[in-house]
Amino acid sequence: MSGAAAMETAKANLDVFSETLLALARSNRNILVVTSDSRGSGRLVPFAKALPEQIIEVGIAEQNLVGIAAGLASAGKIVFAVSPGSFLTARSLEQIKNDVCYSDHPVKLVGISSGVSYGALGSTHHSLHDLAVLRAIPNCTVVVPADNFETAEAVKAAAEMTHPVFLRFGKRPMPPLHRPGTTFTVGKSLLVREGNDLAFIATGETVVQAAGACDLLAQEGISARLLSMHTVKPLDEEAVLQAAQECGAVITVEEHSCAGGLGEACAAVLMQAGVSVPFRIVGFPDEETVSGSQLDIMAYYGISPEGLAETARTLLNRKRL
Amino acid sequence: MPCSKQRTIEKANDAALDLLLHRKSIEYRIRLLGYIRKAQAGHTGGSLSCVDILNVLYNCVLNVSPETADDPRRDRYIQSKGHSVEALYVVLADRGFFPESDLETLCRFRSPYVGHPTRKIRGIEHNTGALGHGLAFGAGAALAGKMDRLGYRVFVLLGDGELAEGSNWESMMTAAHYGLDNLTAIVDRNQLQITGRTEEVCALESLVDKFTAFGWSVREVDGHNVRALREVLCAVPFEVGRPSAVIAHTVKGKGVSFMEHDVKWHHGVPSDEEYQRAIEELRAQLEEAER
Repeated sequence: MSGAAAMETAKANLDVFSETLLALARSNRNILVVTSDSRGSGRLVPFAKALPEQIIEVGIAEQNLVGIAAGLASAGKIVFAVSPGSFLTARSLEQIKNDVCYSDHPVKLVGISSGVSYGALGSTHHSLHDLAVLRAIPNCTVVVPADNFETAEAVKAAAEMTHPVFLRFGKRPMPPLHRPGTTFTVGKSLLVREGNDLAFIATGETVVQAAGACDLLAQEGISARLLSMHTVKPLDEEAVLQAAQECGAVITVEEHSCAGGLGEACAAVLMQAGVSVPFRIVGFPDEETVSGSQLDIMAYYGISPEGLAETARTLLNRKRL
Repeated sequence: MPCSKQRTIEKANDAALDLLLHRKSIEYRIRLLGYIRKAQAGHTGGSLSCVDILNVLYNCVLNVSPETADDPRRDRYIQSKGHSVEALYVVLADRGFFPESDLETLCRFRSPYVGHPTRKIRGIEHNTGALGHGLAFGAGAALAGKMDRLGYRVFVLLGDGELAEGSNWESMMTAAHYGLDNLTAIVDRNQLQITGRTEEVCALESLVDKFTAFGWSVREVDGHNVRALREVLCAVPFEVGRPSAVIAHTVKGKGVSFMEHDVKWHHGVPSDEEYQRAIEELRAQLEEAER
């Protein structure tokens, strides 16, 4: 699909999340949304209008949000706990750890406006730690969809899951990345671009930036593979190893701190398998993040087609040494 | 002998029932001290203070049994003050949720009977121990019960020191907002936390006024008077459309003279000599009760 045509059909993943959830909830009254004064930012106003009995508002009280969600889930409800990613995973971390994951109540934790979606609002509203902390909590699946297709499939899969899951959504429209008929499976990455010179392994909205990099590199005769690693945990280790072995160089990309996210997860897989290839983690450094639009901030840290293409060229030079 | 809405406890049997419950509380105290001593770990003072509450809940109030532990209509008990799990273990064992001999493994390597409640144990609804979690979970379970019109009740036991966690007050607001009259919070008001008196660490009073201001219907009770506990816990909801709060005035270390009101027994483990003294005191109380 061409870029212009693609953008015509693009929606924010957050919109697709709310539409998919509403469609599911219309036919299953056990599906509930619990939210902390976030129905507007979570695009849940249509849900609240259509199914007022299936949305529970707890006010600005994230710890309570997650605890109540666990209590509802314990009684058989299919609960989506929706709150800005930064607050959901920092303010309620102990509730996520104990009430949801340790107690194994299958709450679907939904971090909205994650990463730097709230870019201009500053570091309080940036969620760049969530993948690291949730990766470290046993019994939590972590899914970061890239495009609308992945989002719809992830929401449907989450509704069926019998253990805790964290979903992470941004606000910017996402162009489609996958061909019709693609199968989405939690825990299995999706191939977005074929290539064998090097591999990008990206997650969430950065997959689009990496796809742009692949296109730039292709103009130079460089074939870059791109995997959408929508499930950060459990990681598709087989695809990571295969990418390193077949491409000989790997760049991971994430809208998250370089500490503890997708990149370090992939590095651990490679190191422990004894696979050593030129490798870069592209994400946010361990410093106060600049503010601005999501795209400007990401580009500042090299998460843009141009920035990622440049990192790829550097890495290819190392590979050739 | 649950006090469901349909059931009224026979007045004629009150005295006999009170005696039975009183004896059970002493026996529970003897047993939990034994397991704490064997494990060389446990929260002695807080377990002793909530024994009578648990006794009345499980023997007179809660509509739950080992056979109905998975029944969607069962009453739920959530021990938010998870530290006092030893009291819960002996009461659950006594009610047949698991063989009491299992408790020989308390706090041992890989034993499921860890020092805080976990759902691995039949009859335990929620993993607790970190404080300030039980009330939100209970409110969620109560909300689901209302939605499904299942008629079950949810009881949450809170420690008084635990109330400094702000999450409790978030949950109190939500429970009142949704009119969860199927939810009852019981505060084990023993006045002590690990550092000292609650009023010195972070003052709670007036607790009744606080719950009332948050939209709850509140009653106070002597938390060691089994008849008073029975009457108040069988009377919930105190008001239709409001969650109920029971401030149960208790004594940390209740039943063992040298443990009572002494913060060192928060998680103190008795020496052999202290254990013998404690058991002798409790056995004497048992003999007294039988006279």
